[in-house]
Amino acid sequence: MPIPSAILTLVLGMLLVLGGLWIGQNINLLPVDASANAPIYDELFRVLFSIGTILFVGIVGLILFSLVRFRRRPGQLGDGLALEGNLPLEVFWTAVPAIVVLFVGLYSYDIYERMGGMVPLGHGNHGSETMVDQRIWGGIGSTQDSQTATTAGIPPLPIEVTAMQFAFLFHYPDGDIISGEMHVPVDRPVSLRMEAKDVIHAFWIPEFRLKQDVIPGQPTVLDFTPTRTGNYSIVCAELCGPYHGGMRSSVVVDSADDFDTWLQSNRKPTAAEA
Amino acid sequence: MTITAPPKTAPASPSLQPTGWLRYLSFSVDHKVIGIQYLVCGFAFYLIGGAMAGAIRTELLSPVSDFMARDVYNQILTLHGTVMIFLWIVPVVNGAFGNYLIPFYVGARDMAYPRLNAVAFWLIPPAGLMLISSYFITGAAQSGWTAYPPLSITTPATGQIIWILSVLLLGGSSIFGGINFIATILKLRRPGLKLMQLPMYCWAMLGTSILVVLSTPVLAGTLIMLSFDIVAHTGFFNPGMGGNVVVYQHLFWFYSHPAVYIMVLPAFGLVSEILPVHCRKPLFGYTTMVYSIMAIVVLGLVVWAHHMFTSGTPPWMRLFFTIATAFIAVPTGIKFFNWLATLWGGRISLNSAVLFSCGFIVNFVLGGITGVALAQVPFDVHVHDTYFVVAHFHYIVYGGSVFVIFASIYHWYPKITGRMLDEHLGRLHFLLTFVGFNLCFAPQHWLGLNGMPRRVAEYDPQFQLVNQISSAGALLMAISTLPFLWNVIASAFHGAIAGDNPWRALTPEWLTSSPPPVENWKGDPPLVTHPYGYGTPADEIDLNSASGSDLWRSGQ
Ligand code: HEM
Ligand SMILES: [Cu+2]
Ligand SMILES: [Cu+2]
Repeated sequence: MPIPSAILTLVLGMLLVLGGLWIGQNINLLPVDASANAPIYDELFRVLFSIGTILFVGIVGLILFSLVRFRRRPGQLGDGLALEGNLPLEVFWTAVPAIVVLFVGLYSYDIYERMGGMVPLGHGNHGSETMVDQRIWGGIGSTQDSQTATTAGIPPLPIEVTAMQFAFLFHYPDGDIISGEMHVPVDRPVSLRMEAKDVIHAFWIPEFRLKQDVIPGQPTVLDFTPTRTGNYSIVCAELCGPYHGGMRSSVVVDSADDFDTWLQSNRKPTAAEA
Repeated sequence: MTITAPPKTAPASPSLQPTGWLRYLSFSVDHKVIGIQYLVCGFAFYLIGGAMAGAIRTELLSPVSDFMARDVYNQILTLHGTVMIFLWIVPVVNGAFGNYLIPFYVGARDMAYPRLNAVAFWLIPPAGLMLISSYFITGAAQSGWTAYPPLSITTPATGQIIWILSVLLLGGSSIFGGINFIATILKLRRPGLKLMQLPMYCWAMLGTSILVVLSTPVLAGTLIMLSFDIVAHTGFFNPGMGGNVVVYQHLFWFYSHPAVYIMVLPAFGLVSEILPVHCRKPLFGYTTMVYSIMAIVVLGLVVWAHHMFTSGTPPWMRLFFTIATAFIAVPTGIKFFNWLATLWGGRISLNSAVLFSCGFIVNFVLGGITGVALAQVPFDVHVHDTYFVVAHFHYIVYGGSVFVIFASIYHWYPKITGRMLDEHLGRLHFLLTFVGFNLCFAPQHWLGLNGMPRRVAEYDPQFQLVNQISSAGALLMAISTLPFLWNVIASAFHGAIAGDNPWRALTPEWLTSSPPPVENWKGDPPLVTHPYGYGTPADEIDLNSASGSDLWRSGQ
């Protein structure tokens, strides 16, 4: 008995959706996550990957099916169906993508908010004196987290980042430390204030899922909370000259104790000690 | 489908045309000659740009910078991007096919402004040669095809200025072309031919030309300001002098995002011409296709800042541009579903033109999906300026526009030369291109997600294997041009004679001889009011023996 095509279509559609969901959930294309917002990012990635897989496999499947099923056989010279349109069908495939896109948009807005992206940019809360006329552009980051953290008693660790051809320099106001490698303690919010000396650079830590341009003349901020100890690369992601590819540095996420040790050993001796 | 005797209003061509192959080197005003000039010239630049891509992929075989000096790498990278966009895709999908086809489609004997048309073409070779020769004379620009200041202000000035001059010339060329297309489509239509009866490529070119005319002048103004910053030390974009580097980005992307649609809308139009013929079905959903083109034009103008999510744009702006960008997926999706419906229930002949068209659909779907993902700010923040974006836009421009250019050459070659291309070589060409393309660009998604930034000559050694796979794909793509080149050259002399209408197509260019005479038709242009009327009873007569024009005279 031939299976009615409606049922066949339904079954195939369900298999497609389930397969897409499975692939999205189980195939991991991302490096380890090492900051508070990285798992949130990965959640968005999995959703987008699932939807994308379903759409892609579905459309490619339809094309292959059509090419095989409706190919012209030798001697066939007549035309296909004189089908010029079908209003319900067109309404359907306008509405479905619109709904999918709307869903994706709302969902990623939620993700964005959970990452702290919608918090009004901090004016003056980064302890600079010349703040009046200066605009500080904010990167996506957990400004929100760092504010809650502040109220919870853990003040964010401020670091000033200077980017230049072809290196990043890190300055720790507490202790007046200057370093070519970034050290941060695990699970403590960090607040970067970044400025470029010459051209535009971009500060990117793939494992943190964070990137922010470092712009000459317009300081930017980037807040995050590292969650996994280890050593990760800091990559410059904006073409900045011949050695752009070599403009790499690293961030060491230390345990709280290790970080204190590092801080102590690098701290400039105060006048009393000297 | 009606043909009536036309009143004699078609404009006469302004001058007699030179004959023989030398006319392709002349200031000809025949739209067909100009179309071929665009096509051949564009293809020459494609080979040059492709050689540069080969050099880039060779450098990336190893994680260290060993094949060429670092600043040379950046020059080659800048030239590659500029050549491919401004000298290959834009001139070919607009200038070449637009010139060849639009006058036929509106039933005219030439473009509205034939001399302006020739000027528009003849700006291109000198601009291109100037751009490329800068590499040998003073060193080319090295700040990428986006030329962001302050890098473009601080790198060696001569190369950068030459880059600006040639992009200005190319921009001028495309504005002239755009004006000409708008005038031709709106004003030279044969009496009796309504807008909603035009072949879809006319609509695509109308939309594209609107984008060209609105956005290219912004690029020109921006580049002129940039050149002032470089040579006259003004401070528009120089932070050292109080300039704002982000303003440049806004102005630049106000042109360069629409430029994306300037490259793909005509490609959409061309596919809409090719599929119905070889599926022997009407183009599905003509009206929605037209509206979706116009929706893409409008939306395309308001999404530029999605290239600037990490430039420190304020949150509200990111939100607006996310939503606007994602919504382009709706009209784009409509077009894709309509093509699928055109395939459905057809009598599809699986020839090279169809294979490249379907290859285009597959590739562009993937590029579109990653595009919607990139539109989401949180997603983009991680992958912006990485190889993920490189993969995305090559799926769009190569997988989209270039595949369609090849499909179009297979489709219109018989009309242009009067001879057929070899199908076996064509399928070999498709197979090599499709496999090579996916091998080259698919792995780059992974590279970007895992930490490889774009525009680098050296990278983390953990990415070496995947880069080598990608380079192997590039090699395959390079090899794939050989059967194609052999095919187009050899078939011009030895190909089977095509006849006027080998595909039994219904659009007007097929209703004249192959190649068409000067002034397009021996008699009066036919009035084709239903370019996609396949499957209607009139066509059930033996199409195989009737030549196109016979069909039209006898058919109603
Ligand atoms: C389906 C429609 C498309 C959508 C929704 C889309 C979306 C996007 C988005 C959101 C970005 C930003 C990525 C980033 O900042 O890292 C982007 C980047 C890019 N897209 Fe597309 N795009 C589409 C089509 C195209 C096409 C047809 C081209 C052809 C040239 C193209 C070329 C590019 C380029 C060159 C970039 C890189 C910009 C940069 O330098 O960072 N896109 N696209
Ligand atoms: Cu840099
Ligand atoms: Cu850099």
